[in-house]
Amino acid sequence: MAQDGLSVGVKAVIGREEIGALIAALSARGWRVLGPRVRDGAIIYDDVAGLDDLPAGWTDTQEAGRYRIERRTDAALFGYAVGPHSWKRFLHPPVERLWQARREGDKVTIIAEKNDEKFAFLGVRACELAAIMVQDRVFMEGPYPDTAYRKRRENTFLIAVNCGEAGGTCFCVSMKTGPKAQAGFDLALTELIEGERHEFLVEVGSEAGGAVLADLPRRPAAPEDIAAAEAVTARTANAMGRTLETEGLKELLQGNPEHPRWDDVAQRCLACANCTMVCPTCFCTTIADVSALDGTAERVRKWDSCFSLDFSYIHGGSVRKETKSRYRQWMTHKLAHWIDQFGTSGCVGCGRCITWCPVGIDITEEAASIRADSGKCQEGGNGRA
Amino acid sequence: MTAAEDPFIPLPYCVGRVRRETGDTASLELLPLAGPRPSFKAGQFNMLTAFGVGEVAISMSGDPAETEGFVHTVRNVGAVSGALARLETGAALGLRGPFGTAWPTEEAIGADVLIVAGGLGLAPLRPAIYEVLARRERYGRVVLLYGTRSPRDILYRAEMGRWRRRLDVDIEITVDHADPAWHGNVGVVPRLIPRMSFDPQNTFAMVCGPEVMMRFTASALHEAGVSFERIWISMERNMKCAIGLCGHCQFGPDFICKDGPVMRYDRIASLLAVREI
Amino acid sequence: MEGLERIVLAHPFFAGFEAELGQVVSGCARNLRFETGQYLFRAGDEANEIFLIRQGVVSIEIAAPGQKPTVFATEREGEIVGAAWMVPPYRWRFDARATSLTRAIGIDARCLREKCEADDHLGYEMMKRFLPVVARRLDETRLQMLDVYGKQSA
Repeated sequence: MAQDGLSVGVKAVIGREEIGALIAALSARGWRVLGPRVRDGAIIYDDVAGLDDLPAGWTDTQEAGRYRIERRTDAALFGYAVGPHSWKRFLHPPVERLWQARREGDKVTIIAEKNDEKFAFLGVRACELAAIMVQDRVFMEGPYPDTAYRKRRENTFLIAVNCGEAGGTCFCVSMKTGPKAQAGFDLALTELIEGERHEFLVEVGSEAGGAVLADLPRRPAAPEDIAAAEAVTARTANAMGRTLETEGLKELLQGNPEHPRWDDVAQRCLACANCTMVCPTCFCTTIADVSALDGTAERVRKWDSCFSLDFSYIHGGSVRKETKSRYRQWMTHKLAHWIDQFGTSGCVGCGRCITWCPVGIDITEEAASIRADSGKCQEGGNGRA
Repeated sequence: MTAAEDPFIPLPYCVGRVRRETGDTASLELLPLAGPRPSFKAGQFNMLTAFGVGEVAISMSGDPAETEGFVHTVRNVGAVSGALARLETGAALGLRGPFGTAWPTEEAIGADVLIVAGGLGLAPLRPAIYEVLARRERYGRVVLLYGTRSPRDILYRAEMGRWRRRLDVDIEITVDHADPAWHGNVGVVPRLIPRMSFDPQNTFAMVCGPEVMMRFTASALHEAGVSFERIWISMERNMKCAIGLCGHCQFGPDFICKDGPVMRYDRIASLLAVREI
Repeated sequence: MEGLERIVLAHPFFAGFEAELGQVVSGCARNLRFETGQYLFRAGDEANEIFLIRQGVVSIEIAAPGQKPTVFATEREGEIVGAAWMVPPYRWRFDARATSLTRAIGIDARCLREKCEADDHLGYEMMKRFLPVVARRLDETRLQMLDVYGKQSA
C-alpha cells in the first residue's frame, strides 16, 4: 500500500550487502528471483538465492563474434554488459506447453496451462527493459493478446540496473534505449564504486517497488549521490562500442530489397539462427503437436527462427530458400517492418546479435553499407568502392 | 481461463457430413461440441487441429448465413491436411477461429462483381459467392470465372451446374487441358476476362488461387481497365498461430494471418514481384 | 462496302483497321461454316488459311499414339485460329476441330502473304495484329506449363 511504501520517483542509497536483503525480501514476498550468475564461461540469468550467487568482480569483453568474461579489479556486482541470455527466456520461454487434450471415449477435453509463476528480475539493463516493452507491444497490444505472456508479465517485478560499462558491441545510445533506464521498472539501481565506497543509488519506479524498498535499510539520496549516478551512465554513454544511424533507416531497407549487399552478407551468414536466439525482442515461434499412447495429446510452442528453411514452408516448398532472403527478412523486419507493425524498432541496441554471430556479422555495419551504397545498387556488381 | 478466452486453445468440434469433392479433396462439415458456432465473414479461415498430428489454416468454404457448422474444403497435401481429409463422420478435431480479413462483399454493393478462382482457390471464394447470390439484386453484373487443371478437378460440380442455370450470373469454367469429351473452355483463366461483360470502372474483382495465377489475373484485370484498388486477392503463407504472434506468415510489413489473407492488390503488388520476400 | 468486307472489318481482330486495307484483305477472304466435329485443319497439312471465328468454338488439339488427343486451347467468337500462315514452312502443327457449329472468315494465306510482301504498310499492320496474339498465347502457355493447380513438388 502507498502509505507503507515509498513513492514513485523517490531516490535512496543502499549498501552493497542490501542487494542480498533485496533478494531475500522479494523471495519472502513470493517472487522467484532471477538474476545474473557466472556459468560455463558466461554471465547468464538464472535463480539467485543471495548475494553470493551474483557475478561479483566479473566483467565481459565483447566484439563481433567474440565474448569472454574476465576478472575486474573491483567487486562490482553488475560490472558487465549483457550475456547470451535475455529475460525473454522467462517471459516468453524457449519451450512452452500451450495445452493438453485428453480423450475419454468420444469426448475430448482440452486443458489450459496455469502460468501462475511470479518472477522478479534483478539486473535488467535499460536496453533489456526496452526489449521487454517491445515484446509487451507484440504480445499484449494486438487484437489477440498472448494470455500466457500477459499473465507472466503482470506478475513480474523488474529491478533495472543502469549500466556502468558499455560492451564492445553496444549501441543503445543510437537506439535511444539506454544506458539509463527511464521507465518501466519497479526499482532502478546504479552501482556506485569509488575507492572504499560500494553502494547503490535506488530509484523507485512503481508502488510495488516502493513497498519493497521500504523494508530495506537505506539512507536518503544526497545530491552528490544522484550526481555520481548520472556520471556513471554519462561515462557509459560515451563509451558505446557501435553506432547505428536510424534516420530514414526504415525507408532505406524497405526500398532496397534487391540491394547487392544482401548477396554479400549471405556469403558470410551461416543461417545458424544464433542472432535470433540471443535477440531479446525476436519473438517467432513454431508449434509441435505430440501424442502419447494413453490418449493424451499436447501442443508445445518453441522458439523458431526466420533463418531456418522450414520457417517459410508452404505447400510445395519454402518461400525463402536462400540465405540472402532469410537475412534480409530478419534485418528488414527488425529495423523496418517492426515500425509498421508495432510502432517501434525491433532493435534495442544490445549488441548480442553481433557478439554471438559465429562469423561476426554486424547489423550496424550491414545497415551502414546499404546506406552508403543506396542508389548505386542498380548499376551491377556489388556497388562497393 | 476458459478455452474460448485464449486464442491459442482450440475448441472441440466433430465432423458432420463429409463430401468427397475430387480424388484428393473433401469438404467437411464441422459441428461445435460446446456452445454455438461463431459467426464468420466470407474469406476468413480457421485453424484446424488433427489431435496429435498438428494444425493447419483452412479457409471456410461454406455459407456464412448457415449457422449450424463450418464447412471446410481440405486437400490432402501434407501430414495434417491429409489427416483432416481422411476424417470421417463423428471424428473429433480442434478448431480455433475465425481469423483474418474478409472479401469486400459489402463494399461491392451497387457495383459489378467479378470472381476469379483458380484450382482450390474456389473454396475460399465460395462464401462470397453465397453472399452475393443471396442478395443478388444489390449488385450489378455478377461474373464467376473458374480455372482448374482438368475437368475431373472441378470442385462443387453440382452446385456450379445449378449456378450456371441462373440467368443472373455469368459463369465460365476453363481447364488447362482436357480430352475431346470436354466441351468447355481450355486455356488459362485470365484469358476469359476480356470475353466477359462488366463495367471495369465499377467492378470489384475477388481473386483466389495459386500466387502466379493471381498475378497473371490481376494483370489481365488491369489491362481490362480494373484498377488495382478494386482487385482483392487471398494470400497464402505459413501460418502457425493465426494471430500475428508467431512471425511465420510475414509478407513485408504485413502478417498474412491478421492483415490478410484477403488483401487489396495495390497494397502488395510491388512486393509480389520480389523473389523470396 | 461489300458484305464480306463489312464482316471482315467487323471482326475484333481487325478493330481499327484502315478501310482501304480492309478492302485488300477482303479480296483474299471467304465465308466458311464448320459443323460440330468437323476439322478446320489437321497437323501436317499446308497452312493455307487464317480463320477469324465469328461464331462457335474451335478446340486446338494434339494427339499422341496410344492416348486420347489432348485439347490445350479453345478459341471462340472474336478470336483467330491459325498463326502458322505467316511462319515458314507454313504447315499446321496441331489439329483444329469445331466443337459446335462454327462460322468463320477464312483468309487465303498465300494471297495475304503476297499482298503483305507487296505492301509494307499492310504487312506491318497485319504484324501488329498477329504479334500480340502470338505473345499472349506464349504467356498463357507458360502459365499452363507451370501446372499451378497441380501438387507442387518441393
